Formats: sequence, structure tokens, C-alpha cells
Amino acid sequence: MAQLEIRGRQSFSFTERLLRLNWLLVLLVCTLGAVGIGMLISASGGDTEPWAARQIVWFGAGLLVMLTVALIDIGFWLRAAYTIYGLAFALLVGVELLGAAVMGAQRWIDIGVIQLQPSELMKIALVLALARYFHGIALESLGRIRTYIPPLLMILAPAAMILRQPDLGTALLVVLGGGIMLFLAGLRAWKIGVAVAIALGSGPVAWQFLHDYQRERILTFFNPEADPLGAGYHILQSKIALGSGGLLGKGYLQGTQSHLNFLPEKQTDFIFTMMAEELGFFGVTAVLLLYLAIATYGVVMSCRSNNHFGRLLGMGVTVTFFFHVFFNIAMVIGLIPIVGLPLPLISYGGSSMLSLMLGLGLLMCVHVHRDVVLARRTGAGGS
Amino acid sequence: MRGETGRANLFTRRAFIVGGAQALLTAGLAGRLYQLQVVESERYAVLADENRINMQLLPPARGRIFDRFGQVLAENRLNYRLVVVPEAALDLDAALDEIAALVPIEEHDRERVLREARRKQKFVPITVREHLTWEEVSQIEVNAPDLPGVMIDVGSRRLYAFGPDAVHIVGYVGAVNESELTDDPLLALPDFRIGKNGAEKVLESSLRGEAGARQVEVNAYGRVIRELGRRPGRPGDDHMLTIDLGLQQYVAARFGDESGSAVVIDVHSGEILALASMPSYDPNLFTAGISEKQWRELIGHPRFPLSNKSITGQYSPGSTFKMIVALAALESGEVSPSHSFHCPGFLELGNRRFRCWRPHGHGDVDMVKGLTQSCDVYFYELAKRVGIDRIAAMAQRFGFGERLDIELPGEKPGLVPTRDWKLANIGEPWQGGETLIVGIGQGYLLSTPLQLAVMVARIANGGIAVQPSLLAEVIRDGQPLARDRASFPPMGLSPRHLDIVREGMLKVVNDPKGTAYRARIEEQPLAMAGKTGSVQVRRITEREHRAGVVKNEDRPWKERDHALFVAYAPLERPRYGVAVVVEHGGSGGSVAAPIARDILREVQRRDPSARARSTVPVPVPRPQETT
Repeated sequence: MAQLEIRGRQSFSFTERLLRLNWLLVLLVCTLGAVGIGMLISASGGDTEPWAARQIVWFGAGLLVMLTVALIDIGFWLRAAYTIYGLAFALLVGVELLGAAVMGAQRWIDIGVIQLQPSELMKIALVLALARYFHGIALESLGRIRTYIPPLLMILAPAAMILRQPDLGTALLVVLGGGIMLFLAGLRAWKIGVAVAIALGSGPVAWQFLHDYQRERILTFFNPEADPLGAGYHILQSKIALGSGGLLGKGYLQGTQSHLNFLPEKQTDFIFTMMAEELGFFGVTAVLLLYLAIATYGVVMSCRSNNHFGRLLGMGVTVTFFFHVFFNIAMVIGLIPIVGLPLPLISYGGSSMLSLMLGLGLLMCVHVHRDVVLARRTGAGGS
Repeated sequence: MRGETGRANLFTRRAFIVGGAQALLTAGLAGRLYQLQVVESERYAVLADENRINMQLLPPARGRIFDRFGQVLAENRLNYRLVVVPEAALDLDAALDEIAALVPIEEHDRERVLREARRKQKFVPITVREHLTWEEVSQIEVNAPDLPGVMIDVGSRRLYAFGPDAVHIVGYVGAVNESELTDDPLLALPDFRIGKNGAEKVLESSLRGEAGARQVEVNAYGRVIRELGRRPGRPGDDHMLTIDLGLQQYVAARFGDESGSAVVIDVHSGEILALASMPSYDPNLFTAGISEKQWRELIGHPRFPLSNKSITGQYSPGSTFKMIVALAALESGEVSPSHSFHCPGFLELGNRRFRCWRPHGHGDVDMVKGLTQSCDVYFYELAKRVGIDRIAAMAQRFGFGERLDIELPGEKPGLVPTRDWKLANIGEPWQGGETLIVGIGQGYLLSTPLQLAVMVARIANGGIAVQPSLLAEVIRDGQPLARDRASFPPMGLSPRHLDIVREGMLKVVNDPKGTAYRARIEEQPLAMAGKTGSVQVRRITEREHRAGVVKNEDRPWKERDHALFVAYAPLERPRYGVAVVVEHGGSGGSVAAPIARDILREVQRRDPSARARSTVPVPVPRPQETT
């Protein structure tokens, strides 16, 4: 039966939720979205076609999704967590069966309006599922190894599917996000150390499962100048663009590398490079600070929550969001191999925008319902 | 409850660790950006510029070539090209069909376009056809709205308005061979043309000019975005030749169907006024792209139109060489001009009989009569007394046996045989009989028509060693460049001896018994002096001599004698010299002499040396289109 906390209630009215929305988060998200739209205009040479206009629509839709998700009762998300995870996993398998091959990688399901990328959805679904799982685990059980076996499976099964697609970036993100959630839930540091050691040890095995182009990208990463027109082309051109941007940048719409098409995929994965070329070190540092503000604010919001599901959900979303940003930037500035991840809120693309907004909506939902108390056990299964 | 609080505290601690890690990682990104954008910025800025800036050569306008009165022999004309941009045409096949409805496109051109389209970037224009006529250009332009991606592109092409008339002098341009590549980057341009023959080849370096360049910004695919800077080049220099086009055309027309060569020279300046080699061909064939069939026809032609016979044809000079033998004899002092030899129709040396062209002989012959009637026996006698060494030396003083370095490619030196030459090249010592044969200009002796013209010029001008030249002026920016004018040294011949030779040449034409009396110029002020020559191209056996030699007209063309004539005019103060060689024409007196007479009459009527030259080009009438 439900246990009631003195300070908390089980739910809020719709008006109460509306009043508790976090408008600072909305402002930060909108600022980054606006930067992204501006960069997409520049990417098409000063035109809203073909990218910026559609991105505005995606962003508007995403904002709606975010607010809607935030206003839904957090209890619903707790109850629906496993269902959503199951659905996302089913879609992931579906991609394997009916997904259309795009860019040599099976990642999309075309559902008419939008090409759905189940791996995007999976990132959020996994966070929901892990939050629910650990919400139901008592402190005393956290010391036992077998407590971690279901969550590990929850992480590794979709990660393996995503890696098969193949989408190295998202797979890494899922594993890292899940791993950090285990750490936040209370997994002991030395156990994490052992897991990391095992992961590193299995590297050579994983190498066998990588596609040729992925191996090439990893090898290229270590020596991009070896083959400047071949595999090293992207990263070398990206570094030239970044470096030539300098302190103040070449000016909006003035990036030579990007506008003369030396820069690959400048509207998606490499949009940060273009930004760095046109806005310079100051410009991109400002953008970095905006991202860090969201990530730090996410940590603060999560810690303020009075229910463990909310705390874990908020942190999971925050960490996933942050590493999404980190991997993309680290990749285009040559710190890690090119793994193919868009830059959240700025890169062009509807699927990634919607799944990110869904995640941020959940973070907002955690904030809205920070004072709600949730039973450790849900439904009839409670004890 | 204790459990819930403990769980929350554990979470909060760990969440702050994660939050701190996020901040650290962000700082790491910022640090890396600082390194790239601030510390190493300069290096990458240079790389970015190298990425986008491209140098393009601007080919200079090739210098024009005109004759001494400004008639333009070679110039650059706009070449209207039909080009198609595959990216804009969308469906290339359909576009080509539509073009073909307006202007004819050959099947192999069509295939080439489709092939190039597959190989090149979509925005690179592909040439469909070149040298469009005005009618074709307007056809395309009128229909331009229905032909997306189809454009008229204007290039430059070399036009030889007087085509075959001066091709052996002017030459032609063509695409650059691999072997012709130098470090001049212009040569690597796909459309660049360089001189392949004639003056176009010899004067290449100053006709070409200097390349300009422009800096353009290109994108990653090489498409030009905009021009950043431009450095103009220097156009090639114009060149004025000594040729008088009108005379040149007259000479070519006068030759008609005959094959051979004529060279007209100013005997004082050495300027070549006309230099014809027949038959001729049209150099425009080469600039427009010659067809396989046309090329085979030119190469396989029995009368060798491609060779410039005036400088590469090496003929025995025959009796036209007798002036040299006479001068060698006079200068050596071995023979006085009035000394007579008896000509019974032959001369015997050892057990060989050397025949005179006149079977019954000339009777008593002195030097003037010997030249007038071209008595072979008289010159056998001279040669026997003077010897090969002194004959060869005199021939060399007149320019035989070596190149005259005229401004044309491929000049041949001819051959003046000497004892040393024979020993070195044939491996046998010189025979006395061979001296006699050289005495009448045959045997090993070989000369070019240009050498014959120079010989007659040097006789006519009183023994001044003129050198022939074709280049009159080099004109840069409309102004003639200063050039060193060569002054020619006297050859050191006695004027009295030259007078005797000239008297003989006068009588060849003007004495009723002269070998070219029928070809005399009757208008006294224009009268000429000359010397005939007929050269056997095959050996006539002793049996044939006894049976009676078959007349030239009855022999196949290839076996007929070459007909030669050298002449100058007027008699008083000579100005113009001419050498005519008619291949397999028959006798010099009846075939070559009338041609030379008409040429000398025409050159005196036009008198190009007396008229002022003009550096202002005469506009060329619109030429008929070559197809």
C-alpha cells in the first residue's frame, strides 16, 4: 500500500503544474534553438531553405512535446516506464527488419510524417526504465551484485542492437548514460572500475564487430594528415575550419570552409565547426557555456527532487544530453574519432530534435513534480 | 525512512560528482578550442586559403602575322563554340537531340560529349561543336530559352585568311605535343595552340606573349565562386614579313598545276618577296581539326604538298650552276673570257665520253657563248682546268652547301661535293670525270631553290653577299621594335668577271641563239637576264643516246627532267632576282623561263621594294567558313 510522506502529495492539479514550469530551462533551450536556426541559415548561404524553415517547425513541435511531457503527471511516467522501454526496444528490432538503409546504416523507420530513429527514443526509454528500476530498490539491496543484473541487461541489449545498425555514437551514449545511472543509483566505485576494465579488455573483440568505415574513422583519428583527401578529409577540413576561425571568427555567413563545401555535413554533425569558423573562439565558448548551464541546472533540478524516480530520471536525461553534446564537439575538434552524432538543439534534423525535447520535457517534469512523493512499489505489486 | 534519506544523500553526492565531471569536460573542450582557434590559428588560416584560392592562367593573344603591306596572313578570330553544361541541361541526351535539330552534330561528337559528361563534374561545360557559323550561332541564341544548359562560348582560333597562298611561309598552329612541353605553364592548357610549321613555328617565342593569371576562389569541387585578382599578361608581338602577298598569289596562280618552287628576292636587301611551293594546302584544315581522310590525302599526295620545296627541295642546279663554274675559272685566272674551246658535241676523258646537250656540238665557244647557248663541252673544259676544289670553294661563297638560316623550319643545306666529302661519305677518292659532271651542275651537287635565288641575287647585285630574310618588322603595341639591320659584305669578286657572266645571262634571254630567247621580256626597261637549267632525273644510257633520246613530253611525268631558270631584272641596276624550279617540267628554257619571265614582269610592275611598307593591318574580308 502507498506510504505517504508528510511533506508531499501524490499528485498536483494541472494549474499547479503549469505554475511550476521552469521558464529558465525553456529560455536556455530556446536560445540554443535560435542559435541553431541562425547557423542553418548560414549553412544554406543565407537562405531559410532548405534547412532553417523546417528546423523552425521541428523546434516548435519539439517545444510543444517538451511542455506536454512536463505537464503529464510524473506518476504516469513511472508506471509507463517499462512499457515505453519495451516499445522502444521493439522498434529497435523493427529497424533491423523493416528499416530502410540510409547512408549505409540502418537507423530509420519511416512513419510518414517523420523518419523515426528508434535509437534516439531508446536513449530516453532506457533512462526511464533504469529510473523506475532503482526507484523500487531499497538502499539495503544496493550492495548486492544481483541487483545490477537486470539493469545491465537493460543497458547492454539495446546497446548491442544499436551497435549492429551500426551507430557507434548512440551505442556509446547509451552505455555511458546507463553506466552513469548505475553509479548515481549507488553502484560501488570499485565495481564500476572492474566493469570499465572488462570493457577495455573486450575492445579487441568489439573491433571485430565494427564496420570498415568505423574502423577507418578510428584509425584516421589518430593520424588524419596521413590521407588528407581520403578518410582523413573530414577531420582535417574540420580542423582547418576551426583554426582559421580564430578568436573572433570570420563573421556570420563568412565562413569560407563551410560555404565552399570543404566542410562535410555542415548542417548536421559538423555544424559546430561551421559555428566555430564564423563566430570564433568567443562565440563557441558562449555556446559551450549555454550547454553547460543546462547540464548543471539539470543536476541541480534533479537533486531538488523529493522522489528517487525523479532524481534518477532528471540526472539520466541531463547526463545523456551532456554527453550527446560532448561527443559531438569532441569529435569535430578532433578529440575523439568521428562517431556520427548530431549537436543537440542546433544540428538539423527532426527525429533527434523531438527525442531530445522529449528528454528535456521529462527533466522539466521532474522539476514540476519535485515535491511529489512516489511509492517505491507501484500498483498491486506494492508491499 | 532512514533508507529513503540515505538513498537521497548518496544520490546527491554522486550527482555533484557527475556535475563536476561535466564542467571539467566542458573546460577540456574549451581548452582544445583555445589551442586550435587561438594558439594554432595562423597555421589553419593559411591552410584554409590554400583550400579555396586557385590560380588560373589567362592565355595571351597570339601575335598576328602580316605581309609587307599589312595584309593579315595569320590572325585570331573569335571561335564560337557550342557548349552544354550537364548539370543545367538535366537530360543530356534530350538536349543533344534538340541541338541537333538546329545545328548538325556528328555522331562521334555526340558520343564524345556523353563520354566527357560521365567523366567530368556536372558543372564543367563540355564543348559540343566548335567554329559555328553566324547562322548557327543565331539559331542557337534565338532558341536559347528552350535549351537550358546550352550556351555559346567564345574562344579564339587562328585564321589564315589567304590559306594555301602563303602556307609554306606562315605555317600553322596546332595542339601541343607531349614532347613540346616546357616549363611554360601555358603549354599545359588544353586549348593552347603553338606554331607547328613555318613562321608560326620559328617565331613562336615572340608570337606567344606572356600569360596573365587570375586568382579565383573555388569550392571543394573546383567550381569558381568569384575572382579575387587579375594580372594581365602581355600579348604576343605582331610580325611583318617581307612577303608581298599580291606577288605571292600571282606566283602561285602562275604555276597553275605545275609542281615545284619559285623564290623572288630583292637582290640588294635579301628580302624574300615571294616564296612559293607547289602544290599547296590549306592551313585552316589544321586549326579546325583535320580529318583522317584529309590527312591521308595530304600525306599520300604524289607531289608532296606538305613539303616546302623552296627550302627543303634539293635539286641538281644543272646549267644554272654554270655561272659559278665560269666565275671560278675567271677568278682563278686559268681561263680568259675570250679563250675558245671547240665543241664537237662531246668531250672524251679517259675512256669515257661526256656529251654536250647538243649532239652536233657548238663549234668554237668562248665564255659568253658558252653561257648563252649553255654549251656543256665548254664547261667540261673549264671544270677540267679549274678543278673541283676551286669550283666547290666558289659555290660555297655563293651560299651553296649550307643553310642560309632563313626564318623557316626545316631548311636543307644542299650539297657541294669535295674530295674530302666523297672520301668520308662514299669512301672512294675523287674521280676526274666527276669534276666535269659538277661543271655542268650535276652529279652529287644539290641546291635548294632558295640557294639558287640567293646565287642570282649575289651575281645581280655586283657580288655582295646578301642573306635572305623573311622577317621585316617585329611590332609591339603598334610600334616596330628596333632591330639590327644586317649590312652585307662584298664577296671580293672582280666586277669585270661579274660583267662577263651577266653578259652571258643577258644573251641567254635576249640573243636569238640564247636558250631562253623565246621567254624574253620585250619591254626594254623591264628586260631580264637569266640562265636555263634542265636536270635529268634518271641516267640516260649510252644505248639510248645512240637510239635517240626519248623527248620529255613522251616520258612519264616522274621521269621527265626538272626545268630550272634563274633570272634577274631589270638589266640596268638589277633589283629583283628569281629562281624557278618546275619539277618534271621538261626543259628550263621552255617551261621554267616563261614562268620566271612573268614573275619578273609582275614584280617590276608592282615594284614592292620601292613602295613604302605599312604596319597598319589591312582588314581582312570575312572569310568563307571552313567546315
